[in-house]
Amino acid sequence: MTSTPTTPAVRLPAPHSAGCLFNPPPAYTEAAAAGPLTRADLPGGESCWLATGYAEVRTVLSDRRFSADLRHPNFPFLVAGARELVTDNPAFLRLDDPEHARLRRMVTGDFLVKRVEAMRPAVQRIVDEALDGMTAGRTEADLVADFALPVPSLVICLLLGVPYEDREFFQDVSRTLLNSTSTVERLREAQDELLDYLRGLAARKRERPEDDILSRLATRDDLTPDEAAATGLLLLIAGHETTANMISLSTALLLDRPEQVARLADPAALPGAVEELLRLLTIVHTGVPRVALEDVELGGTTVRAGEGVIAMLSTANRDETVFGGADRPSTDELDLDRDARRHVAFGFGVHQCLGQPLARAELQIALATLFGRLPGLRPAVPRAELAFRTDSFIYGMRSLPVTW
Amino acid sequence: MRVNIDRDRCCSSGMCVMNVPEVFDQDDQDSLVRLRQTTFRPEQFDDLRLASQLCPGGAITVTEDESSGPTG
Repeated sequence: MTSTPTTPAVRLPAPHSAGCLFNPPPAYTEAAAAGPLTRADLPGGESCWLATGYAEVRTVLSDRRFSADLRHPNFPFLVAGARELVTDNPAFLRLDDPEHARLRRMVTGDFLVKRVEAMRPAVQRIVDEALDGMTAGRTEADLVADFALPVPSLVICLLLGVPYEDREFFQDVSRTLLNSTSTVERLREAQDELLDYLRGLAARKRERPEDDILSRLATRDDLTPDEAAATGLLLLIAGHETTANMISLSTALLLDRPEQVARLADPAALPGAVEELLRLLTIVHTGVPRVALEDVELGGTTVRAGEGVIAMLSTANRDETVFGGADRPSTDELDLDRDARRHVAFGFGVHQCLGQPLARAELQIALATLFGRLPGLRPAVPRAELAFRTDSFIYGMRSLPVTW
Repeated sequence: MRVNIDRDRCCSSGMCVMNVPEVFDQDDQDSLVRLRQTTFRPEQFDDLRLASQLCPGGAITVTEDESSGPTG
């Protein structure tokens, strides 16, 4: 350690405040107010750094002196004992270049901006059908189970070639894998189950390839079955969990700010409105782990080689110097006309979300269609009864009872 | 203003194409960044600076010309 910390170390992951559950845990906000870099304690007892400033978060995520390789002996894990779960074939999210680039580039073609634009009519159809199903013969529904989760699950199933009939299995296993209170035994079981499932599916695709990502991965001769399964697992979880929770959280927040909903009806304002929702809600509340490979000057401190750093996206996205302004509401407030394009909700650096064009298209279509078709949409329970996923690496909502 | 792209650093996030589609494209073969233009009008300069700042891989560099005012 190279500096004398003036603030006590933050215990990770910090609890949310019961008062405003749209905000990141107050301990992170307080750390950000004290300075861009703070000491923190991991659940396993090790110490690391917490980067909370916008510039520092971008540096940690983009400077190649910080590694994303979870096989590094000092990699900071946000679940105690999770080091034991590291396989020989981590998904590319947890590798550095050139291994990362080799694997990521096998699937980048499926998420090109033009490819995603061409998918918009299919996404619109999926959204329309989910809303038809949610509203048919009913006046009340759970927006999570009936809309927010089915839409991205159907989209990623279509792209990957995973049968939607298997949703109960993969949605349940994904929730376990993302739950910060899961035991290491439970995590191992869930990881093995999902990898086995994807290896089996890929083996069938190898025999009978179809027009989907898993088939293309399964039929490559430069990719092992384990690597294909690891990529499939990453895309499947990232593809449905993140977007589902952004849809449900965005809906809950907009129901609380009805005066701003009209902006979604303006096609010119819609993309910017979604950027602002991404900025404010930043669903990766627990931060993104990295380990320093060399000594790095960061936020007025030296991070030593071998020290872990957690890059806190949520505090970076509320940096007043980047997103605020004299003429704008505080960065803790939703302002759908704010220029939020510099947000790091999708991360930064070479690991920045591969599926972000698709996530944006899904969010734009889902939110505009939902509020357009159901102008009387409102919560069916008091605000205090809304159930947030405070124990998940992907923040969001367990359920959202609505009526219209 | 000159724009330099380093395709080795491109991670195909699509940020440049989403924000400045008239200048940037993604190659159909390798998914990596490609320039649609090589000379730029002054009214594009802000967009080009934004594309450079937002590129997660650091693949886009803009160089301000001496004649186009203070460097940013």
